[in-house]
Amino acid sequence: MQFRKTLLLAALCLSIGAAHAVTLRVSNQGDVQSMDPHSLNESLQLSFMGSVYDSLVGRGKDMSVIPLLATKWSQTSPTVWRFELRQGVKFHDGTPFTADDVIFSFKRAADPGSDMRGYVAPVKEVRKVGDHLVEIETVSPFPILPDTLTVFAIMSKKWCEENKAERPVDRRKGVENTASFKANGTGPFRLKERQPSVRTVLVRNFNHWGKLESNLDEVVFTPIGNDATRVAALLSGESDVMEPVPLQDVERIKASPNLTVLQGAELRTIFLGMDQKRDELLNSSVKGKNPFKDKRVRQAFYQAIDEDTIKARVMRGAASPTALMIGPGVRGFIPAMNKRLPYDVEAAKKLLAEAGYPNGFEVGMNCPNDRYVNDAAICQAVAANLARIGVKVNLQTETKVSYFPKILRRDTSFYMLGWTPSTADAHDALYNLMASPTDKGQGQYNLGAYSNPKLDELTLKIQTETDKTKRDEMIRETFKIQQEDIGHIPLHQQALAWGYSKNVTLTQLPTNYMYFKWISLKAK
Amino acid sequence: MPPEPQPAALGAWARFFDGDVWHSFRSSPMAMGAAAVAALCIFCAMFAGWIAPHNPFDLATLELSDSMLPPAWLQSGQSKYLLGTDEQGRDVLSALFYGARISLLIGGASVLVSMLIGVTLGLLSGYAGGRVDGLIMRVCDVMLSFPSILIALLIAGVGRALFPQAHDSLAFGVLILAIALPGWVQYARTVRGSTMVERHKEYVQAARVVGVPPLRIMLRHVLPNVLGPVLVLATIHLALAIQTEATLSFLGVGVSPTSPSLGTFINEGNKQLFSGAWWLVIFPGSMLLLIALSFNLFGDWLRDALNPRLR
Repeated sequence: MQFRKTLLLAALCLSIGAAHAVTLRVSNQGDVQSMDPHSLNESLQLSFMGSVYDSLVGRGKDMSVIPLLATKWSQTSPTVWRFELRQGVKFHDGTPFTADDVIFSFKRAADPGSDMRGYVAPVKEVRKVGDHLVEIETVSPFPILPDTLTVFAIMSKKWCEENKAERPVDRRKGVENTASFKANGTGPFRLKERQPSVRTVLVRNFNHWGKLESNLDEVVFTPIGNDATRVAALLSGESDVMEPVPLQDVERIKASPNLTVLQGAELRTIFLGMDQKRDELLNSSVKGKNPFKDKRVRQAFYQAIDEDTIKARVMRGAASPTALMIGPGVRGFIPAMNKRLPYDVEAAKKLLAEAGYPNGFEVGMNCPNDRYVNDAAICQAVAANLARIGVKVNLQTETKVSYFPKILRRDTSFYMLGWTPSTADAHDALYNLMASPTDKGQGQYNLGAYSNPKLDELTLKIQTETDKTKRDEMIRETFKIQQEDIGHIPLHQQALAWGYSKNVTLTQLPTNYMYFKWISLKAK
Repeated sequence: MPPEPQPAALGAWARFFDGDVWHSFRSSPMAMGAAAVAALCIFCAMFAGWIAPHNPFDLATLELSDSMLPPAWLQSGQSKYLLGTDEQGRDVLSALFYGARISLLIGGASVLVSMLIGVTLGLLSGYAGGRVDGLIMRVCDVMLSFPSILIALLIAGVGRALFPQAHDSLAFGVLILAIALPGWVQYARTVRGSTMVERHKEYVQAARVVGVPPLRIMLRHVLPNVLGPVLVLATIHLALAIQTEATLSFLGVGVSPTSPSLGTFINEGNKQLFSGAWWLVIFPGSMLLLIALSFNLFGDWLRDALNPRLR
């Protein structure tokens, strides 16, 4: 009898608890690829894992650098930084956070399988000074070090060793380990349930060191690939927040009395890349040579693309065409240089003929269909544009689950990518997208291996330059080189759009990061 | 056994038109209607190049500035785009014809292939019984325990890996196999069940007693009697195959989005469900519905017409 009473009481408590638990249901176009925070350098991945894992420093609502696991930092010499770590912080499994975890995380992120190597490459050594004090020495002066550490997650040394997850998952090889499915961070939310491509559940970490501006107890994240289904889920109240809102449905959602759409300019630049390394393209009718090595071909492609119509039609006006690889809002952006080459089919045809392809050629193109706003539609429009100058594009669009591993293996001739400099600084784009690929992490996302030694040299100088005027001048020079070489074809900065219930208060960052610690849900 | 008496004067066609099946067809308005619609769909698909007003697969002729136009009879519609245009400025009517061609080709071929494999194995399994039956049915169980889309992805993936430079025709072949191979199990199961029932009937016993070889019994005597459910299954399977192809295309292993099949077109149109561009949902959806329904009704009738018990 006693047992039954207890049981009853327990059931009662549970039901009350359930009634009061505040659950936020979030849906997104695609899934978070892995629970390993070092495995993929992609916005959704970093944004989501940023709620489970803390980094040393983070971003405030105004994009300023704020203290997270490090409370204070200072430079003791041009190449040496001292980070004071927060005391009394515990990982989700109860292990105390110390300097060893920081050193371990830097080592882990530098592993060949890591996708975060670009962030830790400037770091030469991390030294333990005390249990809660570390010194980071950079290879050369690196004034924007704190900016680059804002998305770099700190993992538990003990947990990773116990779970044989000392090395990050390599997306290119499809290797998985415990860290792909489980998580143990210091962040404001704990991972409760992970079903890849189905749902991922986070619960509030009540032992978190900080005070949260959130009343959420639980976050249920569901990927919904189909645009209409995602919109329906929001309209029916199945989701509280969804992202991105398909451009064709923005008005429909705004018209609904309980829902709203938050649109903002995103820092992400959508661009096309071309393989300029191989002597013969993987997928092309041209044999024995690589047409993309010829600048005239790249320029012909550029001028054949009718970006204004793509903006007006495919993007329904929600894009700003760009001539630069970074957008407004990123440090180093130069409005005066943001002028695209004119759309000119005749000029493009002429250039192609001069390069020796008067009848065009055939080339394969790879494109995601669930990553960027209307990505597949943009690629189709590009293919149609190129058909007018005689270039037959064999377009293959696919879900990002297979797309990213493929293009990261550089298994492509012509591809689409979108890039948000997570440091909000031009250097990030230069270093990751435009500088020649090395095995140290530089050019990790320069998937066509565009290469100009002058640009590489300037990129390294920009990294170490502390004088703002000189730095800006060098950035200008790199942009000029890239524009003259047509190393990539920038298309536009897309607008980001989140749809959510009016019961939700949230903060949108221009990097499109959605931190749950800033989201509250009014009881219904 | 004396040869079956055959009126030598009549040719095969004449015999057909003289027979029960043709008579039953003529007296069933539903069957005639379904056959007419199916024939029309096939005609439109086969001769898309001649009857479609545009070639939606010729990218150079697409006008992006003409995208998302409503059908011609609505306010901002244009007469050259009778059923409106899609996101890329493709004429919906033409895209329907061209898309149906790809879909019917892939759907039809894959249904044929899986039917062939399934019926053969099912007959063998049901007729032979014993170990052969056990082996084939266990293979079926294994196949059924995987989601069919997974098997399709595997085959398509392997196909692409083996022939990375695959041209469209080869990609079609891989796609057909990818859809056909997970599908044969249902046929095998159905045929096996009916075969086991038929096997013990007197006419089969009699045939066996007089020494007709097993292969001939299976093909001439058992097969016609178990074919009914198979035809129904095939008609349903056709619509499913068209949808599977669309799913595979979405996952990046199917046909290119620059030459959309009917399934891909429906998939794309789905996205516009809430935005008011109804013509991108209704027309491709209706086309698939027409194809599936007409084949289904025709198959239904065929089953009844071929069933000796209902004659």
